[in-house]
Amino acid sequence: MTMNSPTGGRRRSRPLLECLLLCLMLAWGAISAPAMAAVDGGQARALLQALDTRDFQAKGEAAQAIADSQADQKTRWLQALLDGRLGRERRGNTFYIVTDDSGREWPIVDAITFEDAGTGSRRTVDIFKINNDLRTQLQGIIASLSLADGDESARLAAADRLIGDVNADNVESVRASREQEQSATVRDRLDVALALYGVQQGDATALETLKGNLDTRVRNTLTTVAAADGELASQARQVLDGIESKRAWYDRAQTLFFGLSAGSILVLAAIGLAITFGVMGVINMAHGELIMIGAYTTWLIQQALPGQPGLALALAIPGGFLVAGAFGVLIERTVIRFLKGRPLETLLATFGLSLVLQQLVRTVFSPLNRRVTSPDWLQGAWQINEALSLTLNRFGVLIFCLIVFAALWALMRFTRLGLEVRAVTQNRAMARAMGVRATRVDMLTFGLGAGVAGLAGVALSQLTNVGPNLGQSYIVDSFLVVVFGGVGNLWGTLVAGMSLGVINQVLQPWVGAVLAKIIVLIGVILFIQKRPQGIFAPKGRVS
Amino acid sequence: MTTTSLRKLIIGSSIALGIGAFGQVAQAQDDDPIRVGILHSLSGTMAISESTLKDEMLMLIDKQNKEGGLLGRKLEPVVMDPASDWSLYAEQARDMLTGDDHVDVIFGNWTSASRKAVLPVVEELNGLLFYPVQYEGEESSENIFYTGAAPNQQAIPAVDYLMSQGVERWALLGTDYVYPRTTNKILEAYLKEHGVADEDIMVNYTPFGFSDWQSIVSQVKDFGSQGKKTAVVSTINGDANVPFYTELANQGVKAADIPVVAFSVGEQELTGIDTAPLVGHLAAWNYFMSVDSDANYDFIDDWVAYTGNQDAVTNDPMEAHYIGFNMWVQAVKKAGTTDVDAVKDAIIGVTVPNLSGGASTMMPNHHITKPVMIGEIQDDGQFSVVWQTPGTVAGDAWSDYLPESKNLISDWRAPLRCGKLDVESMTCEDGPGAD
Repeated sequence: MTMNSPTGGRRRSRPLLECLLLCLMLAWGAISAPAMAAVDGGQARALLQALDTRDFQAKGEAAQAIADSQADQKTRWLQALLDGRLGRERRGNTFYIVTDDSGREWPIVDAITFEDAGTGSRRTVDIFKINNDLRTQLQGIIASLSLADGDESARLAAADRLIGDVNADNVESVRASREQEQSATVRDRLDVALALYGVQQGDATALETLKGNLDTRVRNTLTTVAAADGELASQARQVLDGIESKRAWYDRAQTLFFGLSAGSILVLAAIGLAITFGVMGVINMAHGELIMIGAYTTWLIQQALPGQPGLALALAIPGGFLVAGAFGVLIERTVIRFLKGRPLETLLATFGLSLVLQQLVRTVFSPLNRRVTSPDWLQGAWQINEALSLTLNRFGVLIFCLIVFAALWALMRFTRLGLEVRAVTQNRAMARAMGVRATRVDMLTFGLGAGVAGLAGVALSQLTNVGPNLGQSYIVDSFLVVVFGGVGNLWGTLVAGMSLGVINQVLQPWVGAVLAKIIVLIGVILFIQKRPQGIFAPKGRVS
Repeated sequence: MTTTSLRKLIIGSSIALGIGAFGQVAQAQDDDPIRVGILHSLSGTMAISESTLKDEMLMLIDKQNKEGGLLGRKLEPVVMDPASDWSLYAEQARDMLTGDDHVDVIFGNWTSASRKAVLPVVEELNGLLFYPVQYEGEESSENIFYTGAAPNQQAIPAVDYLMSQGVERWALLGTDYVYPRTTNKILEAYLKEHGVADEDIMVNYTPFGFSDWQSIVSQVKDFGSQGKKTAVVSTINGDANVPFYTELANQGVKAADIPVVAFSVGEQELTGIDTAPLVGHLAAWNYFMSVDSDANYDFIDDWVAYTGNQDAVTNDPMEAHYIGFNMWVQAVKKAGTTDVDAVKDAIIGVTVPNLSGGASTMMPNHHITKPVMIGEIQDDGQFSVVWQTPGTVAGDAWSDYLPESKNLISDWRAPLRCGKLDVESMTCEDGPGAD
């Protein structure tokens, strides 16, 4: 599994590329690295002084001069410049590196001697600014500086940067590097870079190498070439068509993944409701707020365990379940129990409760959204190839949803509680006659539904804002899924959630998010008209 | 004795003494505090943005009182909570202007919808409203002062900047309501005027609080990989931004490939996100917390001291209120009274320092002059200014790029007194000047 590889900027200055190439060759051991001689304080100051300009072009040249210099500190300077931590004393002549720029007082060190220089702040240190172009340039310079030790991944990154950036000036040196390269992967990458240049120069045979290549830069260049007239253009169009049809398949796979991931969120949010609404017939408008409680629990646990988001998330799964479940039991005992068989009043009471819970959170935690950090293994994407990548946080939620579903299904199917719940669902009076304590089952069922809502909150904290309004946005969708799937049926909820997710994602690129939602809503209404019991009708006689 | 009971007593005695006691009432008025209405949501969806502005206003009023108040009278804040309910804004504005605490000025509102709700109320009751948020323009009211940016003070310069960076394709993403729709309409007209073809513009709207960005971000990625340098212009509002930026980061959309320039994302919004993967994406504002000026550093110090939070951030609408409040104070001093009509006339032309080291002036169209800045997101949640207009830009109430408003101007000075003046036919469509 590889993390997102940098696609690389396409606009880069020529000296940078030459430097890269030079370093590529250096890495191949033709020349051993020259011994570095340090520069004296005056020279170092002059090098840094050149960075103190508002003109980004001049700043870029100054950075290049640092890279070309003999200064020992150059990598650290350039890295600090890239991180926005290199600066100069305001109304003074000392250069500083900020070692930690969180907070308002920063610890700083002297940029030339690296000696501790106390603290600085925005008021006293003038940080050198960089922009996007300069940032790309600096990343290239730093990469090439560290390329001197020449491991394969660094060479691969350098080769990757060359795709689309080969030109008349550097083509010979790229060819030379290609001949000397040992690694097959790096060679392939250089081949693509050279072929792309060849096609731009009108070499039709080079197109062969590019067939089926999914790299966006290849596609970019071929689109431009194919737009012209002539033999080469029509051949390029053929290659491009091949690439496009291959991409189309991956696009469909990606849309399916998007749909399933959107569906998994719907299922997670709705499945707790499927239990409470389905089994007890309670229209719980505070369901969304139980989701919110789960999300806030995740945040609280993360606050208690700073720096360990992975562990915090693992603990939040039981934590969110228990806290939300406890709230559920509390709500059942104090409110819902007394409103049995009065659905309208339950609806109003739980709606009021949802407002109370929202405002409670606003008062206790402030109305501002809270930030839940994702652990590293839930950030970035699983890059299957150039055209298909699955974002890890959504992939994680999809897996989590399936696990929760399986666990819940097993609970309903194989445990005593599940049996009692099913008995009460199918015929309350008969179940009571058989000795099932229906009120206890009610309480546990509601607690279970609320706990599962808490789990949904834990998952949602990885995808969206943790704030007082978190629940509101999911309550309508949840009811939609439950009604569409068939009240009280877990499989129905799964199928309904997933299919609504996929339909929504298929429609979205065509008609936009707003209209897609409206179409889905109308579709579900029409479906319910035709089949009021939903996709899966409850089995047995419902009294 | 409290002021209310004092007032009651005086009113009582003035009734007893008849018309002769009139002078006494005027005397009592002078000792009364000047009431400043603060109409920002402290609950509901908008609380996230607006509650900070309420705190800021309290801080500014507090500071003014410590400096001796205004016209020798104390300022007294009147805070209401419209709870993110647009019609409640109108109701509470009416309360403020007619009720027991008859306020002399209102600072408030965030969304355009709430401003549109309050507009008829302040016009009917002749109140004063200072509105601190960037908005879509196409409006001018005799009673509203727009201290946030009009489209020509934010959107147009941002697009100019990106064009200078070589951008040729444009994805306009926005939340589905009046501000993004109008702004995008203006931008589309502007881009087409600059030779951008139809197929190089993509427009997409999403609902409030939208969080399922995966397919839209993937669509933008695809749109941006067809041979031309592409940028996203985002008018996505409020908390929908957090999942949007998370999705950008996860799908690997880098600022070097497809930069996103946002008009509604400031320091406050970024506190909810890990900004490390977003470094280099852009925002256009008239103020950034990182702006290098002593006025700004002093303001931040005050704000941190007032909130007691070391990590408290400042943002553009806060600067707008800072400017608006100081302008109002200057205008009241100039007029020598808090009387609305006198202040309305006195405030035009008032110039106060802004936080970026320059000064802002109230223009006759009730908009102010501001510098426009483009900032790049840094890994510490701040912006670094990479481009700035050489001077300030005056806000334009009616956009020059929309056919229906290109001939319109607004000038509230006598003798024109018109919010919607057609300069071709010289006819006034709105305002006292129309009569």
